[in-house]
Amino acid sequence: MGNEYTVIGLRVIRSGPLALLQDAGRFGVRRLGVTQGGPADVHAWAWSNHLAGNPWGTAALEITFGGLSLAVSRDLTLAVAGADLGATLDGEPLPLWQRVRVREGQRLSFASPRCGLRAYLAVAGGFAAEPVLGSCACVVREGIGGHDGCGRPLDEGDELGVSPKTPDGRAPQMPSEARPDYGEAGRLALLPGAQIADFHGASLYAAFNSEWHVDDRADRMGVRLRGPALRCRIGTMISEGLGLGAVQVPPDGQPIALLNDRQTIGGYPRLGALTPLAAARLAQCMPGQTVRLVAHSHERAWSDYRRFRRQFS
Amino acid sequence: MVGSRLPRIEAAGLDGWLVRLFEGIDERNLLWLTALSRRCEAALGGVLVDLVPSYTTLLVVFDPMLSSPAEVRRRLADLLQELTPDEADGGGKVCELPTWYDTRVGPDLLRVAEHADMSIEQVIECHAGTTYRVFALGFAPGFAFMGLLDARLKVPRLETPRQRVPKNSVAIAGRQTAAYPAVTPGGWNLLGRTTARLFDRHREGFSLLQVGDRVRFVPVDEETFESRGGDVTPMREDA
Repeated sequence: MGNEYTVIGLRVIRSGPLALLQDAGRFGVRRLGVTQGGPADVHAWAWSNHLAGNPWGTAALEITFGGLSLAVSRDLTLAVAGADLGATLDGEPLPLWQRVRVREGQRLSFASPRCGLRAYLAVAGGFAAEPVLGSCACVVREGIGGHDGCGRPLDEGDELGVSPKTPDGRAPQMPSEARPDYGEAGRLALLPGAQIADFHGASLYAAFNSEWHVDDRADRMGVRLRGPALRCRIGTMISEGLGLGAVQVPPDGQPIALLNDRQTIGGYPRLGALTPLAAARLAQCMPGQTVRLVAHSHERAWSDYRRFRRQFS
Repeated sequence: MVGSRLPRIEAAGLDGWLVRLFEGIDERNLLWLTALSRRCEAALGGVLVDLVPSYTTLLVVFDPMLSSPAEVRRRLADLLQELTPDEADGGGKVCELPTWYDTRVGPDLLRVAEHADMSIEQVIECHAGTTYRVFALGFAPGFAFMGLLDARLKVPRLETPRQRVPKNSVAIAGRQTAAYPAVTPGGWNLLGRTTARLFDRHREGFSLLQVGDRVRFVPVDEETFESRGGDVTPMREDA
């Protein structure tokens, strides 16, 4: 990780359903069929690192659904951002979206989702992990990355190396307006894509004027949306490269928004692609929650994304 | 977009443009796709994050903190103006995949033979008698989609995909062939198993096969297969 030394910072007492180490993602190897990985919610992941005093790209823990319990093995500075999973420190509620000092011997636990689905735990100085193909993003399906290099989620007894450091200066504050309410219906910005003209007019209207229900078939590869069946003149296509957030529509007419662990190529027509921040927002939705799709221009999406990124530079 | 002329630059999210060069699958597409990939690397330099070539398209992924989408699109449009294909034999190495064709590791051999109205020996001869090109990588790290398979061997995918296809299985579906770099679910028809190391995180380039490569499957007997480290564990039919 570029730091001089690594020590054991946290030990896993209970692993919960899914806790994965994620840096910004694996880039430059998608041409080999290797997926991007990285945080499903880049917004909360970036804030957790920023609040902990880490630069963009530092690996943080992505905790899905809670259930994780960690023993603190030495004094650390950390920050938890994203979903409210009922996090506690020695049984007391742990404040989210801010820098926290924890002591050796304390216990950090995550219960179950109260609002949102994924929380991010960043430790000042970062988690130590050997990069695989240039990244320690953990992709379980490919057996690549993570704390052990082999794509394994955290398990009971695992010890997590950290490169502890005491951050300089005052802790950054999260502006209250930047803190999302995952409970409200998400409005997901979508950049229209190449096949959009091949959808029937009524389906295009329905796509942008209906409530979409997040299906329980949702994971880091993609999230299925339930609603009116969208009809496209194209059934399947010759497979082609898929970007983050691509919204593909298989013949059953129910869209699937593709997230970080998506396959690199695919052959269904696409409405377009969610912006990175919209994909991040969708990754916090519980099954049954509703979302709406809102068409954005490239210019607007680009300026929103740059404004987001500049907070961390 | 419908009916507009090729090549086309299509929107593919905030950080990508998809360059569509062709409508249909053809080995000659590769000459243009590999040329376009190289030109993108040269023209975009550090702005370029990833390139995902596939049969008819190239997805160009860039860093939106280093360039605006509009600027990348403009550069791609300029580049397409002057694009010329690679020489007929340019690009791509030749790879040989030693393969043990046998019903114990290729449980679909017999069905393919019946479908093609051939003997198993003829199926093997036919599959191994063609030099394939790698059209795309995807599905899993190092999984190469190769074609075009002899039309007589054209068999649809399994109706129900297998949950666990053994690593290194050699398979066909439609006019394509492939070898599985790792244990994954899969719906292709299995003919045998290769000894090749298809994906290795410690090797330069990681994937044995790259888009544009030429590939031959070379039949080997069980003894040779095993002596080269091949896994002779028979395919379980309940897999």
